[in-house]
Amino acid sequence: MEGVPNNAVTAFTTIFRRDIKLALRHRSELINPLAFFVIVVSLFPLGLSTDSRTLLQIAPAVLWISALLATMLSLESIFRSDYEDGSLEQLVLSEHPLSVIVLGKVAAHWCTTGLLLTLISPALAISLAFPPQKLGILVWTLLLGTPTLSLIGSIGVALTVGLRRGGILLALLILPLYIPILIFGASAVDMSIDDLDVAGQLYLLAALLVLSLTLTPFATSAALRVTLE
Amino acid sequence: MRFFRYFHRFSSPREFFRIAGSMIPWLAAATIVLLMIGLYLGLFVAPPDYQQGESYRIMFIHVPSAWMSLFVYMVMAGAAAIGLIWRIKLAHVMAMSSAPIGASFTFLALVTGSLWGKPMWGAWWVWDARLTSELILLFLYLGVMALYAAFEERRTAQRAAGILAIVGVVNVPIIHYSVMWWNTLHQGPTVSKFDAPSIHPSMLAPLLIMSVAFTVFYATVLLMRARWDVLDQEQRSNWVDEYLEQS
Repeated sequence: MEGVPNNAVTAFTTIFRRDIKLALRHRSELINPLAFFVIVVSLFPLGLSTDSRTLLQIAPAVLWISALLATMLSLESIFRSDYEDGSLEQLVLSEHPLSVIVLGKVAAHWCTTGLLLTLISPALAISLAFPPQKLGILVWTLLLGTPTLSLIGSIGVALTVGLRRGGILLALLILPLYIPILIFGASAVDMSIDDLDVAGQLYLLAALLVLSLTLTPFATSAALRVTLE
Repeated sequence: MRFFRYFHRFSSPREFFRIAGSMIPWLAAATIVLLMIGLYLGLFVAPPDYQQGESYRIMFIHVPSAWMSLFVYMVMAGAAAIGLIWRIKLAHVMAMSSAPIGASFTFLALVTGSLWGKPMWGAWWVWDARLTSELILLFLYLGVMALYAAFEERRTAQRAAGILAIVGVVNVPIIHYSVMWWNTLHQGPTVSKFDAPSIHPSMLAPLLIMSVAFTVFYATVLLMRARWDVLDQEQRSNWVDEYLEQS
């Protein structure tokens, strides 16, 4: 880091690149949330029925809830390994604002989970008899919604990272906070199938994204400082 | 200045333990008196509703507990914020002692609502906006309590759960409105719509008395819980030994 100007943007990009590089070196961990997403979605036709009308009716909810659960299960990777090898403590002690570092880590997490989930979601939607011309709305809601999931989730992980078994507790903390995003995301997809206007839901998803982008890094860094001391 | 000095003194664990101990009997007595007046006015004096008959009387429990469920959450988050910002130990104690009480009020509101809903709407539960956001509020309380219980060290537990409570408070309005819009988008059951332009004074009076009674009850139980929490937290101090020897 010598010779690098001390500003927030370099801190962000450095952390972002590092986390992306780490994720790319652990290919299997990169694949796991996607595989989970695919498996959960494919469980529904198996458990319910293969009737295409029924499938289309539940498709928005199934896709959104599965994406939400896949994101939640991948959240630990934001801080867990850094916590275990001690580098998280070094990041907290660094001269750069912790909220910027957190933002870099969350952005990297989203690129390696939420973004990939969004990219494979059309294929899964098609398997649920989803009309191909409506795939755009599905992708848009996921693009706007999954970053918020990663951001809110980072608070939960920061609060539970010091605990040995955080998994189910994390779900308990985070899932109630995910409800508004689920409501707007799934209802936008649902209404687009019926050819209704969904601009309102998309705006609200975008508003929630902006709100969480501005507030959650501070909450997450406060939580990290509490759990790491 | 005097106020701050008083506040400072009150927030020392030992003084708090003493003062709260002397306040609890008075608050408990006030709770009982208010509850008795409120219940008498509500169950005997207030006339039966022209549509709902006698069964509306569950309102005198249901509405105050629903109010309290939100109020306690605000108190909890406010106390947690005070504790985090000014590093006041007692504020954290108050916040964490509030969580189970608030969760109980939320649970009570849900149960009484369900009992009231069955004869009125014909269903124990409908996915109405108010019911759903009350249920989510219960989840938020459970999250705070679970996080608080998960840490071994009390200080970390208080602060971590406090942060979660504050995050929750930002989310409560968002959840409320999202659930409301979701419900209107979906053409919810219109039976559940509350259309009460005004409430008759004979029904309003017991309702208000009951909510004051619930608030005083909350204060009583909060101080009781906080007192034992302080005692536990300060168990290595001399004054705790002295107190335990005396009693």
